[in-house]
Amino acid sequence: MVWVNDIIQGILIGGLYALFACGLSLMFGVMKVINLAHGDLAIIGGYIAVGVIAVTHIPVLWSFVIVVPLMAVLGYVLQRTVIQAALDRSILTTLLVTFGLSVVIENALLEFVNANSHSLGVNDAIITSSFSIGSQITIAYLLLLIFVVAVVVLTGLQYFLSRSSYGRMIRAVADDREAAQLSGIDYRHVFGIAAAIAFATVALAGIAYGMYSQFSPTTGTDTILLFAFAAVVIGGLGSLWGTLLGGVVLGVAQAIGAQISGSDEFLAGYIVFLAVLVLRPQGLIARRAQA
Amino acid sequence: MTAVAETTARSAEKYRVTRSRRNVAWTGLGALVVVAVLALFPYIVGAGTETILVQAFIILTLASMWNLLAGYAGLVSVGQQAFVGLGAYFVLILNIHNLSMFTALPVAAIGCGVAALPMWWLVSRLRSGYFAIATWVLATTILLIIEKFPSIGGGTGMSLPHTPSLGSAVLEAYTYWIGLAVTVLALLTVYLLLRSRLGLVLTAVRDDEVAARSSGARVGLARMLVFVVAGAGCGAAGALLAVSQLIVQPSAVFSVQFTAEMAFAVIIGGLGTIEGPILGTIVYMILQQTLQSYNAWYLIILGLIAMVIAIFARRGLWGLIDEHLHVRLFPVGYWLWDPASNGRRGLLPRRRRGSHAG
Amino acid sequence: MSEPAGRAPEASEPILEVRELTVHHGQLRALDHISLRVFPGEVYAIIGANGAGKSTLLRTIAGLHQPTEGSIRYDGQDVTRIRPERRAISGIVMVPEGRRLFGSLTVEENLQVGATYARKGPWTIERVYELFSWMRDRRAQRTEQLSGGEQQSVAIGRALVANPRVLLLDELSLGLAPVVVQRIYGMLPEILATGLTVLLVEQDVSQALRVASHLQCLLEGRTTLEGKPSEVTPEQVEVAYFGLRQGGSGGPGAEGVWGERLPPRSGGGLGGVVPPEEEQLWSGSTTSSRGS
Repeated sequence: MVWVNDIIQGILIGGLYALFACGLSLMFGVMKVINLAHGDLAIIGGYIAVGVIAVTHIPVLWSFVIVVPLMAVLGYVLQRTVIQAALDRSILTTLLVTFGLSVVIENALLEFVNANSHSLGVNDAIITSSFSIGSQITIAYLLLLIFVVAVVVLTGLQYFLSRSSYGRMIRAVADDREAAQLSGIDYRHVFGIAAAIAFATVALAGIAYGMYSQFSPTTGTDTILLFAFAAVVIGGLGSLWGTLLGGVVLGVAQAIGAQISGSDEFLAGYIVFLAVLVLRPQGLIARRAQA
Repeated sequence: MTAVAETTARSAEKYRVTRSRRNVAWTGLGALVVVAVLALFPYIVGAGTETILVQAFIILTLASMWNLLAGYAGLVSVGQQAFVGLGAYFVLILNIHNLSMFTALPVAAIGCGVAALPMWWLVSRLRSGYFAIATWVLATTILLIIEKFPSIGGGTGMSLPHTPSLGSAVLEAYTYWIGLAVTVLALLTVYLLLRSRLGLVLTAVRDDEVAARSSGARVGLARMLVFVVAGAGCGAAGALLAVSQLIVQPSAVFSVQFTAEMAFAVIIGGLGTIEGPILGTIVYMILQQTLQSYNAWYLIILGLIAMVIAIFARRGLWGLIDEHLHVRLFPVGYWLWDPASNGRRGLLPRRRRGSHAG
Repeated sequence: MSEPAGRAPEASEPILEVRELTVHHGQLRALDHISLRVFPGEVYAIIGANGAGKSTLLRTIAGLHQPTEGSIRYDGQDVTRIRPERRAISGIVMVPEGRRLFGSLTVEENLQVGATYARKGPWTIERVYELFSWMRDRRAQRTEQLSGGEQQSVAIGRALVANPRVLLLDELSLGLAPVVVQRIYGMLPEILATGLTVLLVEQDVSQALRVASHLQCLLEGRTTLEGKPSEVTPEQVEVAYFGLRQGGSGGPGAEGVWGERLPPRSGGGLGGVVPPEEEQLWSGSTTSSRGS
């Protein structure tokens, strides 16, 4: 059955989608911010990696080490300045400001780089090859690696949130910002940490995406943002495992759509997204009914 | 008479409540003059200017609709391009069936209004952020579905098959006049809507939704009406786009750039004011024309300005003007005249700073 | 902190001092030139009807509101412009109205969050478990699943593990059964024994009078009464609480605050809710020196 192979591909790419989505979920869960520039941040991570590699000629896999922490710092700074200022006004303002940010980022990239697609070429032969299970199933090592990394990162994040002191603080601030202040916690700093994590994970996902596929300045909003959002909504807010499930469901839906017709790949995903929004807005694994 | 009634009656003698200040008659006259002058443009200016103005008309119509949605009904839609595209495609389809594109325009607008109803059913229960994304996904989905029909151009688009056989100058002029009519109608509709009971409901909801609901306001109905009107308005703009371009391409008419343009125009000009979109469109067109040769620059600058204004000047440029000059061209609120202040300070409506049921 | 943990306030310097505090909510003036002084070891009770400004006062002291006028001094320092989290770290910890626990966190996690920036002191999570005997067995339960009284206990515990010097209690009795309220207030002696000072806000006057060493009544943002429970009469409290003129609560010539005539009443008022002396926490202690 050709379907099995496609479904497996869908599951594996779902890991990448979940990695895109977890930052979005974190920022919304902790500070009620819908970051419409989220997808573009992944692309920025990709472009920074391209630039860093071009200048330093380090192997592609090492670009993570530089870009991810850099994006984390950028996230903290952006949160403490721009996003916090917007948050202090209202939720509407955060939507408007992040939307503006998204347009600015995309057009700045279009202006300073160009509109062409870029990719992070990976030369290591092991990565680019694939292995087969039986006669029907072929899995690219790269995709498998990305899936494994995604699961590891999500597990680590879940562990961090549920066991560590900082993770507790983040969850406390997400539950009740004022009560957290009364316990001595500076919620703006906690917001900054959450944003740093979100930016770091999305940059990681962006670089992974660049290794697996191509990206251009508009990929952030064309593709990534909606996928991330779809994964969060389908899986349900408040649960990282739900986000993984959401990513997998999205990936599988797309794989099935691609089977039906080449151009229906994305459409299938969006239809599933809309269906979940209408029928079960709290997602498949609902921790808090937010929608 | 009880003491309470007595004091109330005495106060009522001193205070007056009116719909507008005395300058509104001048505004009405001024507006008529402006429209008349604009109507004469095809006789005065060249085709190039006409094209630019038609573009401005499209932006202004879109902006006033987006303002209605976000500034008054609290609905931040990032998917209005769905209606722009639908409006354009309505014109295309009707034109394929031999209807003149000019006649098709109003039909397209109505059609988009009708199409807004099932879309509202899909998204109405969602809260702000989810609502925004859902409208975007909906727009993208509609685009993908439309691209599957080769009879209307598929993925590459199609030109209008039955264009009127007029000289290009006359065609431009007719397009221009229709554009002017659409814009005037759009602004008028928004003005009348907000001046009506609906407008009162919306303002109440904007200030305090729970209080508004508990005093009987039909909030859901009000929002749905706004969504439908905005759909029709954006559809009219899309139809105008089709008429002016004579070709309909899916990626162009469903582009999310329209949302960026209308949102920025509204934010910069003034969210939640009727005059705001006008001012914002002017700023937008100026920036676009000046920076045209620099491609993406005008969007970068617009975006940055919009971000700054959203944070620091919530009511945009018009809000700044209003605060300092107490001018309101479109009277939709109420002015309370306190005899002690010589009518220099209108007291209502005063939007609470920093709060928005968004 | 050298004085022994005791019930009678003996120091002459207030640990918390509020001067001419005025707070606005938008255009509404919630507090109008309120002043008070709390001495170490005291239980200072603020009473008043709904909307009198009591919670606003506590929240402003905790740092969640900025006053329009006036100042707040803690341990001799002016803290009026200090952010709430810094005040909590330096020892002013509030148990907010409505408990405000971290619902998705467990009991133990709530206490752990409270202990994140704790000062050194006698209170630990273990000691809180000893104070509230049921808590240890339920410590892995999410707090949103607890009853009102249990939540209140966790909220108090969360504040205690920070080892505050001044504990602000906002409307502990709200939404709880009287029996539960009494039990919770019954913990106060043990809490005070570790050297804390308590500033509490209560709508339940009898409960406040039972535990307070000093009393202040607010009405529409202004102070209407101040003194020790043993020094004020039920009638005085009633007048201050409800805003009645000094015509008394039932005699002829009684006037309301707007000058209207009041019908005579038989007994009632707050006369029945002042607890007998033996039930009061501070009854008979006259060794206080409140300074000048």
